[in-house]
Amino acid sequence: MANNKYIRAILLLLSAAIYLYQPAYSQDDSDTPPLLTNVSASMLANTCSGCHGPGGRSLGPATPTISGMSPTFFIKQMEGYKSGKLPSTIMKRIVDGYTSAEIKQMAEFFSKQPFIAAKGQQSDKKLIPIGKKLHKKYCEKCHSKGGQSVEDDTGILTGQWKRYLETSMQDYISGERIATKKMQHKIEVLMKKKGINGLRALIDYYARPLPKKQEG
Amino acid sequence: MKTKQTRRQFLKGIGLVAATGLAGAPHIAFAGTKKVVIVGGGTSGATAARYLKLADSSIQITLIEVNKTYYTCYSSNEVLGGNRDIKNIQYGYDGLIKMGIKVVIDRVTTINPENRRVTVSNGDTFDYDRCIVAPGISFKYDKIEGYDEKVAEDIPHAWKAGPQTITLRKQLVAMKDGGTVVIAAPPNPYRCPPAPYERASQIANYLTREKPKSKIIISDAKPLFSAQAHFFRGWKKLYGYDTDNSMIEWRGEAGVISVDAAERSMEDDFGDVLKPDVLNIIPAQQAGKIAFDVGLTNADGWCPVKLDTFESTLHENIHVIGDASLATGLSKSGYAASTEAKVCAAAIAALLNDKEPGSPSFVNTCFSIIGTDYGVSIAAVYRLAKDKSRIVKVAGGLTPLDATDEQHRREVAYAHSWLNNITADAFGL
Ligand SMILES: Cc1cc2nc3c(=O)[nH]c(=O)nc-3n(C[C@H](O)[C@H](O)[C@H](O)COP(=O)(O)OP(=O)(O)OC[C@H]3O[C@@H](n4cnc5c(N)ncnc54)[C@H](O)[C@@H]3O)c2cc1C
Ligand code: HEC
Ligand code: HEC
Repeated sequence: MANNKYIRAILLLLSAAIYLYQPAYSQDDSDTPPLLTNVSASMLANTCSGCHGPGGRSLGPATPTISGMSPTFFIKQMEGYKSGKLPSTIMKRIVDGYTSAEIKQMAEFFSKQPFIAAKGQQSDKKLIPIGKKLHKKYCEKCHSKGGQSVEDDTGILTGQWKRYLETSMQDYISGERIATKKMQHKIEVLMKKKGINGLRALIDYYARPLPKKQEG
Repeated sequence: MKTKQTRRQFLKGIGLVAATGLAGAPHIAFAGTKKVVIVGGGTSGATAARYLKLADSSIQITLIEVNKTYYTCYSSNEVLGGNRDIKNIQYGYDGLIKMGIKVVIDRVTTINPENRRVTVSNGDTFDYDRCIVAPGISFKYDKIEGYDEKVAEDIPHAWKAGPQTITLRKQLVAMKDGGTVVIAAPPNPYRCPPAPYERASQIANYLTREKPKSKIIISDAKPLFSAQAHFFRGWKKLYGYDTDNSMIEWRGEAGVISVDAAERSMEDDFGDVLKPDVLNIIPAQQAGKIAFDVGLTNADGWCPVKLDTFESTLHENIHVIGDASLATGLSKSGYAASTEAKVCAAAIAALLNDKEPGSPSFVNTCFSIIGTDYGVSIAAVYRLAKDKSRIVKVAGGLTPLDATDEQHRREVAYAHSWLNNITADAFGL
C-alpha cells in the first residue's frame, strides 16, 4: 500500500512536470492589455448558453438550468464559485472572468428568462408520493411551493435536471458543499432515517411530471 | 400595438427576447428591408442566423448551406468509438425556418463585394446589405504527396463529420484484433486542437473493449500538443500508456509527408513507412474554399477580420466567423465559433440600425472524452483589447491535473449536456 502511494506521488509529480513544460493551451496573458469594458448584459449572458442552453434553459442531462433563478441565489452561487467555497468542476474557471458588477447584470438577465422544467425525465410514479412526504417534512420550509419557489432564494429544485440534483446532494452529504447548518441537519436526519432510498424518492419527486401550465 | 413600436425601442428590449429562444417577436415591416445573407449553415452560420433574428426580427435573413443535413464534428469521435450513433449528431434547418429565416440548400459559387450579391450553383442570386461568410475549413492537400479529396473517400480524414466518419467507423469495425490504427495529426493551426487526441482515446476505448491486442499510433506533425499532460494522465489510467503494453503510441514531429493510396501506407517525417490496417490522415487546414474565391484570405489561408464586428479587413460589408476567421487569440472550436457568431450578430444588428456595436465578450470550451467515465475540459473567458488588436484570455484553464475520478465522471455528463445545448442554441429547438 505505502509503496503504491509512493509510486502514485511520483507519477503525479511527473505529470505535473510535463504540465509545466507544456506551453499554455492558449496564449499567456500575464501582460494583459487594457480591455474593452461596458459589456451589455445580453452579450455577457449569451456566452453562457453554449453550456446552459438557450436563455439558460438547459436541455440536460446534467448541466443545470439557470433561467428564472432569483438574482440573490444566482449571485450567491457565482460568488461561491469565485471564493472557492462552492465546489465545481467547471464554474470556477469561468466565473473568474467576470466582475461582481457583471455578475449582477447577468443575475438580472437570467432572472427574467422563463424557468422551463426539464423535459422527458424518468420519475418513478410509486416514489413520487413518498418523496412528496419527505419533502414536506424535511425541505419545504426553505424550498417552498413543492420545491418550485423562486422567492426563497434557495434554487429551484422541481424541474431541475435530476443528475444535477444528485450531484448537489452527493456534495452536501460528503461535506464538500456546505449547506446552512439547518439544511445540513435535515439532510443528516433524512439520510439516517430513510437512507439512499429516501433521497431517491425526493429526487424523483422533484422530477415529477408537472401540469402543462407550470412547465413554462 | 407592436407595429407602433419604433425599431429603436424594439432593439432596446431585445436583451430579453434575445435569449428566451421563443419565436413570436414582433414582426415589423420597414420600407427598404435590411438583408443579410449567410454563407454556410454550420455551427457559426446557424448560430448567427438565430441570434440575428432574435436581435432584430425585421432583418430579412437568408442562410445558404450546401448540405441538407449538418453533422457536428464535435462528438463525432464518440461515433468512431462506438459510443454514439451518427444520428445523434445530425441536425437540420427546420428550427431556423420556423423562426422566419429563409434557408436555401445550394452551394455558393461567388460573392460579388461590389454589387453585394451572392450567387449559388443553380444561378440564383441573393442581394445583401451585409453578408456573413461561415464556410469552416478546407484542406491543404498539396502538403501531402499522394493525398487528395478523392483518396480521402477511402483513406478518410473525417475532419468534417458525415460520410467519412461512417467510413472510418466501418474500417475500425472491420479491423482484426491485433491490428494497427494510424492517426496522422495535423500541424497548427487547425480546428479543435485536442480533437486528434480525443479521437485516439475514443478509438482506444473501443479497441480495449473489443480488440484489446490492437495498437494506435499517432503520427504527429507537432512536437507538443494541446492538453498533453491531461491526455497522458488519462491514457496511463485507462490504456496502459507508458508501459510495454500501451495501446497508444504518440510520435512527435513525425507528421505525414506522403500517402500511397494503392498500398494504403504513409511515410512520416523520419522517412519511416507505416502500413497500418486503418489509416486516418488529417491534413493541414485553411479557410473554406469560398473564402479564397472571394479574396477574403491572407497569405496563411485564414480571413483577417475586425475583432469587434468580424467584418473582413479586405472587403467591406462581408463578415467572416467560425474556423475560417482569424480571431487572433481564440482557438478554432465549435464554442468559439458560436460566441463569434453572437458577437457578429449583435454587431450587424447594431450597424444596420445605425448604432455603434457594443463591446464583445467571448467564451471557449472544449471537452474531450478520454474514456467512458473520464472527461477533461478546457474552459476560458475572453475579452477584446481596447486597441482591438487581439482577443485576450481573462480567466480559465484546464481540468486540474489532480482531479478526482468523480470530477472526470462529471465532465463526461457535462460534455454530453454541452452537445445538446450548443446545438439547440445554433439550430433552434
Ligand atoms: C473530430 C472533431 C472534434 C471536435 N470537437 C470539438 C469539441 O469538442 N468542442 C468544440 O468546441 N469544437 C470541436 N470541434 C471543432 C468544431 O467542429 C468546429 O470548430 C466548428 O464546427 C466550426 O464551425 P464553423 O461554422 O466555422 O464551420 P462548420 O461547422 O464546418 O460549418 C461550415 C458550413 O459551411 C458549409 N459551406 C462551406 N462552403 C459552402 C459554400 N460554398 N456554400 C454553401 N455552404 C458552404 C459547409 O457545408 C458547412 O456546413 C471538433 C472538430 C473535429 C473535427
Ligand atoms: C463549459 C460549460 C459552462 C459554461 C461556459 C458556463 N457554465 Fe455555469 N455551470 C456549468 C456546470 C457544469 C455547472 C455545475 C457546477 C460545476 O460543476 O461547475 C454550472 C453551474 C452554474 C450555476 C449554479 C446553478 C445552480 O443551480 O447551482 C450558475 C449560476 C451558473 N453555472 C452560471 C453560469 C454563467 C452566468 C455562465 C456564463 C458567464 C456560465 N455558467 C457558463 C457549466 C458551464
Ligand atoms: C433551513 C433551510 C433549508 C432546508 C430545511 C433545506 N434547504 Fe436546501 N438550501 C437551502 C439554502 C439556503 C440553499 C442555497 C444554497 C446553499 O446554501 O448551499 C439550499 C440549496 C439546496 C440545493 C442546491 C440547489 C442548486 O440549484 O444548487 C439543493 C439540491 C437542496 N438545497 C436540497 C435540499 C433538500 C433535499 C432538503 C431537504 C432534505 C433541503 N434542501 C432542505 C436551505 C435549506
